[in-house]
Amino acid sequence: MNLLHTIRLPLVAVAAAATLAACNPPPHDTVQRGFRGTGMELVVDKAERAESVAANEAPDVIPQVPPGGPKASDLYENVEVLGDLTVGEFTRVMASITQWVAPEEGCNYCHVPGNFASEDVYTKKVARSMLAMTQRLNEDWGEKHVAPAGVTCYTCHRGQAVPQYVWSHDPGPETSDKFGNSGQNIPSPAVAYASLPYDPLTPFLEEDYPISLQGNTALPTGPNVGTKQAEWTYALMMHFSDSLNANCTFCHNSRAFSNWEQSPYQRVKAWHAIRMVRETNNGYIKPTGEWLPPHRLGSEGDVPKVSCMTCHQGAYKPMYGANMIDPFPSLARKSGVAVDMAEAAAAAKAERQGPVPAVGNMGGGE
Amino acid sequence: MTMLSFEKKYRVRGGTLLGGDLFDFWVGPFYVGFFGVTTIFFSVLGTALILYGASQGPTWNIWQINIAPPDLSYGLGLAPLSDGGLWQIITICATGAFVSWALRQVEISRKLGMGLHVPFAYGVAVFAYVTLVIIRPLLLGAWGHGFPYGILSHLDWVSNVGYQYLHFHYNPAHMLAITFFFTTTLALSMHGGLILSVTNPPKGQKVKTAEHENSFFRDDVGYSIGALGIHRLGLFLALSAGFWSAVCIVISGPFWTRGWPEWWNWWLELGIWN
Repeated sequence: MNLLHTIRLPLVAVAAAATLAACNPPPHDTVQRGFRGTGMELVVDKAERAESVAANEAPDVIPQVPPGGPKASDLYENVEVLGDLTVGEFTRVMASITQWVAPEEGCNYCHVPGNFASEDVYTKKVARSMLAMTQRLNEDWGEKHVAPAGVTCYTCHRGQAVPQYVWSHDPGPETSDKFGNSGQNIPSPAVAYASLPYDPLTPFLEEDYPISLQGNTALPTGPNVGTKQAEWTYALMMHFSDSLNANCTFCHNSRAFSNWEQSPYQRVKAWHAIRMVRETNNGYIKPTGEWLPPHRLGSEGDVPKVSCMTCHQGAYKPMYGANMIDPFPSLARKSGVAVDMAEAAAAAKAERQGPVPAVGNMGGGE
Repeated sequence: MTMLSFEKKYRVRGGTLLGGDLFDFWVGPFYVGFFGVTTIFFSVLGTALILYGASQGPTWNIWQINIAPPDLSYGLGLAPLSDGGLWQIITICATGAFVSWALRQVEISRKLGMGLHVPFAYGVAVFAYVTLVIIRPLLLGAWGHGFPYGILSHLDWVSNVGYQYLHFHYNPAHMLAITFFFTTTLALSMHGGLILSVTNPPKGQKVKTAEHENSFFRDDVGYSIGALGIHRLGLFLALSAGFWSAVCIVISGPFWTRGWPEWWNWWLELGIWN
């Protein structure tokens, strides 16, 4: 008992200090997202938001060049997407891409020195696909998701050859447990450290498993839909929330998740974004696997893909809504081979490659 | 209303906190006191305002009547009656009525020379309510963070506020509160079962006493907390449930703005294995 008395105060002090250290105290910024009293709100830590805003600033833009002059395709060989640009504008776009993607490596990251037309560097072919992808996103997915800010290479790349937030199939940790871990129960950053399935991106953002599972009858009537499937959906939603630093009420009124009338309009944007990301992954990113060297592939040999986090990086709008596309009209419209590539991308099917690990059949309509 | 013959001797003057002898009387079985008057005042006014609010709303359906707090844009200021002002006045009335009731319990305890355990226990429930509609809104800077007054609407609020922090079951104080709620019901049901079992012996046998009660639990789990102890334990469990409920909501927002699962990263980052 004496010992207990002696250590009680220090124990309480340590516990209190530990508790406070794990805290972010008020005052905070708050945002209301629904009718008053519905609890549809976001509480934002001011310092954290300031940090995020500083980390998501739009880059400096190289000034426009005067119009006129010969076309790029007249002067250069093998310019398949941007050939219609004037040489001045073409050079400006190329210099911008270098800033956005390979500021240290420079032109030679994609080009053979002295022979800019050469296809010998794999990154040149990848860059062409990515240019076509950027044009497709701005022109065809604009109203649905990326307008009016639009996207450029910088939206994902942020000065790095491979964007910081790409993902590949996650086999999970090795486990000695003969039952395995059922694809869940580890605190994965992919699902904001919950115990939910840790790779929800493969079935939903690459493959096209059904996401919306909530029944609209009082008793369960549909086949093959249960708690386990719902956990995959929740895992994907955790990824959304974490990528945007938003919470569930950004898109849903949780009293009726599936009801569109009660949902904020952001949910419509998100619905299109799921389709947009699937198309991007299957139509533009996966085909680059043909050229990528092994060290660029994921641990399971698959191409690194995009998710919400790739562009958003913790901001509810990438770059907090800064306009990216207006200074680069050539990236806002499909041109050259990008037109045909868009058709092929739109036709690329998001395959269901098999049952989601440990979940069994997730079939059924969406 | 008639009074039992022995009741008169407990109806003693004094023990009041406010008002002296002025309200020191009974109406039928009820002690009045200054705080009885304020309880009546606040509860009648508050109820009338709820009825008025319902009359201004779209429905008389008891489940759907909703009196919502103001928009966050009003901050800690007053809002027009129809835009949350009603909620603000009703909150004042409810808090006034609940606190009055607790103080009336204090006065009665003082009259009877008892401890203040009953008002303290009741006070924890009032504290939980005050935390939800006053303390947390103050910390977050707007009355709009309080919950709406309505049977279904307040449940919708609970749901959405939980989802503000992605997965509320990872809230450590919520875990404690839930555990205390469950343990409270377990303790109460075992205690109730024990008392009924000793007071309902088979026909022809005598009612059992504390020795049997203690023996049962010593045989069962090796320890009996005893006749007084079980009530201390019960009070502790029940008040802890209410207390940690208040804590779990007051830390959500004011002291933690992200998803609750992420809070546990301190565990992952412990120097022992990191």
